[in-house]
Amino acid sequence: MIDVENLTRFYGDKKAIADVSFHVNKGEIVGLLGPNAAGKTTTMRILTCYMPPTSGNATVGGYDIFDESMHVRNITGYLPENPPVYTDMKVSDYLAFVAKIKGVDKRDRRKEVDTVVEKAAIGDVQHRIIGKLSKGFKQRVGLAQSLIKNPEIVILDEPTVGLDPKQIIEIRELIRNLKGDHTVILSSHILPEIEQTCERVVIINEGVVVAEDTVENLTHLREGGERIRLRIQGGKEEIRKALKAVDNIKQIDFKDEKKGIHHVNIESDSDIRKELAKAIVNDGLGLYELSADRYTLEDIFLHLTTKEEEVA
Amino acid sequence: MMKTWAIFEKEFKSFFYSPIAYVILAIFTALTGVFFYLYLSSFVEASLMDTIRSQQYRMAPQKLNVNLMLIRPYFWNIALISLFALPTITMRLYSEEKRMGTVELLYTTPIKPIQIILGKFFAGLALYIVLLIPTMLFQALLFAYGNPAFMPVLSGYIGLILLGSAFISAGLFISTTTENQIIAAIGGFALSLLLWVVGWGASYAGGTLAPVLDYISIINHFEDFAQGVIDSTHIIYYLLFTAVGVYFSLKMVESVKWRG
Repeated sequence: MIDVENLTRFYGDKKAIADVSFHVNKGEIVGLLGPNAAGKTTTMRILTCYMPPTSGNATVGGYDIFDESMHVRNITGYLPENPPVYTDMKVSDYLAFVAKIKGVDKRDRRKEVDTVVEKAAIGDVQHRIIGKLSKGFKQRVGLAQSLIKNPEIVILDEPTVGLDPKQIIEIRELIRNLKGDHTVILSSHILPEIEQTCERVVIINEGVVVAEDTVENLTHLREGGERIRLRIQGGKEEIRKALKAVDNIKQIDFKDEKKGIHHVNIESDSDIRKELAKAIVNDGLGLYELSADRYTLEDIFLHLTTKEEEVA
Repeated sequence: MMKTWAIFEKEFKSFFYSPIAYVILAIFTALTGVFFYLYLSSFVEASLMDTIRSQQYRMAPQKLNVNLMLIRPYFWNIALISLFALPTITMRLYSEEKRMGTVELLYTTPIKPIQIILGKFFAGLALYIVLLIPTMLFQALLFAYGNPAFMPVLSGYIGLILLGSAFISAGLFISTTTENQIIAAIGGFALSLLLWVVGWGASYAGGTLAPVLDYISIINHFEDFAQGVIDSTHIIYYLLFTAVGVYFSLKMVESVKWRG
């Protein structure tokens, strides 16, 4: 549905993104993840034809973003970081205006507005002035706007920024409901958000794509490794000795100690839980907890985004 | 066409969402009203004096021409007030979109820059015509109580609307260059004023420059309209001027997308 190839964009001398490439399938929800100023907004602005790339190309729904920009705009809904609303208009007037400039026929306009009002759950405020609404409702109006004309592709730039926890949950629910009918790209610098709404993640840091995979794959295996969490009662040296006896341990990490129980993290190439349990019990140590710890997206993210600094 | 109309409608309505339109309308009406009153009373005084004089000397009263003495200078007056009023209309036309970030909506929906610019231009022109309505009512009084020639009044309004569209296109261009309304207003006023006074330099310039400056001057072309003469060269001047202003605005909007 969306193919991005080697997109590069300069602002003056400053490189915002460099050689960004990724692919989005039809009906997927893909998260664009990265710290602030990583190039997420730039990438989205290029995909929505707000501005052209310095080099590289991309197709959206099979249309080239540069040569067939009107086609791209026709099938894309976009919610910028700040909802692009006219604060002095009424919600319903605003949505009708957007429907007009998106070229919705006069007879379908009323229905179209009603549909998005219902999808974004803004029925109660549709006759109010947008400027008087709370940030959460403005965001929803912005989202409603992006859904007008039922676009195949929806691009959302930080859709939950600045909202309170309840509103965040509601917006997330709303986004999840778009799945299937729409192909969605959303950006965020908040990991749980991506984890909860997206199937696949593209991680961007300093304008470069550092990873592209499913959430499952990214959190399960980092470079083919496993992490095992242990809580063992006993002396530090005895524990170390017991663990040394087990093969395939890459790293032993003593975290903290409470009432004689050590919290130990172990990294390994394969699943060695059985061997570990045996070794610990055989040495007469108390095994309080043993669990395979999945990497959180947080770990992956920090790992990927700090790697370059270590090299430098 | 529908999209141009959508922009026009939104823009025209938005003038009235904020108090700006009402303030401009009130000030414009008050100023044109005061000047109308002053011209009218001096005309009435002059014709009264003439009647008295004719009775004293037992002569036939001179026929004073209301078109020449009242309507013509009054059109000049409206043109001058427009010079000050129009930048306040055009200042928000485009800069407001930039400031509020709604350009992101306009640039990512299937609407062409030309549709945006034309919609905005005509919205500004429509508001200007609304401003002119009270002055039409003032002049209707002359027709109710006197017998002025109608055609010079019509040509005067055609001239004003052409002059206004030239000012609006210049102001719109300035508005596309900035997101600050104050700068847009001052810039629009400065550009309009410059084009107005450039003709004054003609008398000092001499040589080949003089006719050029004379031609550029936006107000020189208005004179014939105020006198009741509709000359195609002046119509062409204003239409050309407007087209250039709209074209520059369009290029500005298109170029903003390409710059970093």
